Amino acid sequence: MNSPAINPGDGTPGPAPAGEPATRRAIDIVNASLKRRYAQERRFRLLGATAVALGLLFVAVLFLDIVAKGYTAFQQTYIHVPVYFDADTLDPTGERDPQTLANADYMGLVKKSLRQLFPEIKERRKLRELYSLVSVGAGVRLQQMVLDHPSVIGTTRDIWLLAGADVDMLIKGHIDRDAPESDRRIKDSALELVDRMIADGRIEKRFNTGFFTNGTSREPEMAGIAGAVMGSFYTLTLTLLFSFPIGVGAALYLEEFAPKNRWTDLIEVNINNLAAVPSIVFGLLGLAVFINIFGVPRSTPLVGALVLTLMTLPTIIIASRAALKSVPPSIREAALGVGASPLQTQFHHVLPLAMPGMLTGTIIGMAQALGETAPLLMIGMIAFIVDIPSGFTDAATVLPVQIFLWADSPERGFVERTSAAIIVLLGFLLLMNLAAVILRRRFERRW
Amino acid sequence: MHASTLLLILLALVALAYQVGRKRAVASAGGAAQINTLHSLPSYYGFYAALWAAVPALLLMLLWYGIQDSVVTALVKTELPPEMVEGLSPGRLSLLLSDVKNLAQGNILSGEVTPALQAAADRYSRLQQLSSYALWLFVLGLALGGMALAVRQTHPGMRARNRVESIVLGIMIVFSSIAILTTLGIVLSVLFESLLFFQKVSPLEFFFGTLWSPQTAMRADQVAADGSFGAVPLFTGTLLVSAIAMLVAVPIGLMSAIYLSEYAPRRVRSLAKPILEVLAGIPTVVYGFFAALTVAPLIRGFGESLGLTVASESALAAGLVMGIMIIPFVSSLSDDVINAVPQSMRDGSYALGATQSETVRRVIIPAALPGIVGGILLAVSRAIGETMIVVMAAGLAANLTANPLDSVTTVTVQIVTLLTGDQEFDSAKTLAAFALGLTLFLVTLTLNVIALHIVRKYREQYE
Repeated sequence: MNSPAINPGDGTPGPAPAGEPATRRAIDIVNASLKRRYAQERRFRLLGATAVALGLLFVAVLFLDIVAKGYTAFQQTYIHVPVYFDADTLDPTGERDPQTLANADYMGLVKKSLRQLFPEIKERRKLRELYSLVSVGAGVRLQQMVLDHPSVIGTTRDIWLLAGADVDMLIKGHIDRDAPESDRRIKDSALELVDRMIADGRIEKRFNTGFFTNGTSREPEMAGIAGAVMGSFYTLTLTLLFSFPIGVGAALYLEEFAPKNRWTDLIEVNINNLAAVPSIVFGLLGLAVFINIFGVPRSTPLVGALVLTLMTLPTIIIASRAALKSVPPSIREAALGVGASPLQTQFHHVLPLAMPGMLTGTIIGMAQALGETAPLLMIGMIAFIVDIPSGFTDAATVLPVQIFLWADSPERGFVERTSAAIIVLLGFLLLMNLAAVILRRRFERRW
Repeated sequence: MHASTLLLILLALVALAYQVGRKRAVASAGGAAQINTLHSLPSYYGFYAALWAAVPALLLMLLWYGIQDSVVTALVKTELPPEMVEGLSPGRLSLLLSDVKNLAQGNILSGEVTPALQAAADRYSRLQQLSSYALWLFVLGLALGGMALAVRQTHPGMRARNRVESIVLGIMIVFSSIAILTTLGIVLSVLFESLLFFQKVSPLEFFFGTLWSPQTAMRADQVAADGSFGAVPLFTGTLLVSAIAMLVAVPIGLMSAIYLSEYAPRRVRSLAKPILEVLAGIPTVVYGFFAALTVAPLIRGFGESLGLTVASESALAAGLVMGIMIIPFVSSLSDDVINAVPQSMRDGSYALGATQSETVRRVIIPAALPGIVGGILLAVSRAIGETMIVVMAAGLAANLTANPLDSVTTVTVQIVTLLTGDQEFDSAKTLAAFALGLTLFLVTLTLNVIALHIVRKYREQYE
């Protein structure tokens, strides 16, 4: 690879006879080396193109892999079962007391309906197999129905019950029917039941609303992202409220007012370094300072937002300073010239012009915060929380941490849920980045 | 009695203060017609009153919430019956106190509910309640008092604008100091816990020991091992994974930067560059999932078909995926410095008859080298500090090995493992995480300082 452009010692000695002029010799040497040099040029160019192609390939593979693993989670398998809402078991007193209704044995109701569907099954082991086809969440669904409309009691309704995770995986093709029985999560006899139900049209895949409305769960078929999305929402709202004013204020001071001295130099170096500090170190800071010293409640959006604020501040400050720098000095001079005070100049004239750039930087900072996981593990946002949080000081988890937790779960059903949650997360990130791009295109001025 | 309710009421008070201050200023000037006798615009008098209502009250609220818990806990602690506290280790005592808090909040606790515990819990909730009432009283009082003070001062000659501006400037100075405070907070908190750790484990063992098994005995009479804190396997593991990542990222990143800035047609560049940068915006947890569920099985299957033994959580899988993540860092930083090389240098090289690749290799890269090296150093620091990919794909076994097919663990993985889950805060196990954090912080800080210095110096050269 070390060929110089023109190297008289390197090329072929040349067929030139002794008496030729020197200029002729040089051009010969150049001509002789041209072929090699052009080949080298082509190789180099190809190498570059390969690198770009590899990069693009990685992007494509990553997205295709996630989508291929995750798209099935947006549908869920349901089993069609006629359920008789027996007044004797649900409401023996007949008072329709919500307390009694809530505590009734709905799973028993589900099991009874299943037995009626397959009256020939009597053996206990087989019955257990039959029951396991339906999710434990099916009872919750019936309970909700009865509580919402007590009038269903005493009637028979056709209901689509949530199928168990194994049936779901089988219908979606994640369980290989041809595998030997011992390697299969779903046994031959259960497979036969499922096939009979398929033949009767009792099994159907429908849009998975539960995925968007449920909190997390130990059962893959019942797990949803609503809790994590709300947690992310609360955390990001607080992060935005903290980091935007602080970031813009700091940028304004450093860029427009600060005298050039040791102290401001130190701040500047500091901000640049903080932008490159590993995120997990901010988690350690949050644990040691916010939780252990100031007693901010663990696992809450509040403490998460405090940590994320410190993390995103450098991004916002750097972007805001760049935006302020791009406002031409003539604006400031004009404002000062008509008698505005320095602060009025900034707030009335410079800041509005720099705002699109600042907002772009803030959105990018928020996108970073939305995808951040590691520091939140340190401050307890990793806890298993079923309830959907409803405030800034409720225990919560966030979308990326939920993805991490699900990715760790051994059940096959969680793989598609994890991928689907990733698709949702990437969707949010895409929207935010799109907003940043549009903002930049539409409002940023070139002076 | 929620904090957000208090905040909302405070906000309403601040809005009121603005209105009152403004009206008062107009009135003191003698009505709207005489407004030009005021030193500042009326709204500045309003802002002045609003700031006086908001700032002291907010500061008090922050301070109060910051220390309320520790003060109440300390008060409860002094009131615990002596026979309950006698002879308890600090760890046991904190467990007892957390039981009191859990009981007060109606949560599940670790032991039985004794009358003494119940009394303490009652006392705890009473104190909390009292503190909350006092907070409301003081905060609202302070807000009203500040407002009254500001309104009393209002007269036509008051330089309201200047006062408001100096307050605002002061607030901005405080905001810009937060960066310093953050660094200070990181250094102090991590350093303090690390010093505690080094009192229990000698730094010599930590930095040069080759056995890492941080299991400490929960009780003194347990037979379990004392735990061994030799961090060398973690350092080598981190280096191994980072080295693999850099082997992927540097050639691909650098070559694509060269291709996109020197060769590619405009349209290809404007399309390929943003797509490559998408890689930088993907959350690391997604890469971790991809590494653990797609790349690792692929490598394992491939290795086994060649007759190699591959750990299911191999350093190679984590390193490869981390490399993919870092490509855009290297490429966009290199792109910047390559574009910063003046066109005249290229023209000079072409004029001498050099081909494009010769120009790139002999002129542009040497000229851009400091910047590229700086960019690579930043990428290395990114790789060393990366957490989620290795947590999900590299495993926990602290092997001292250079075999990329083996499973290794890294500094960041151990920090996460040691600090998630329940543990006492002062055990060597927990403190070890902070010692690792300190090491990580210092190493990445050094890398960053050097890299930023090189990049900045290089930029000045051509500007």
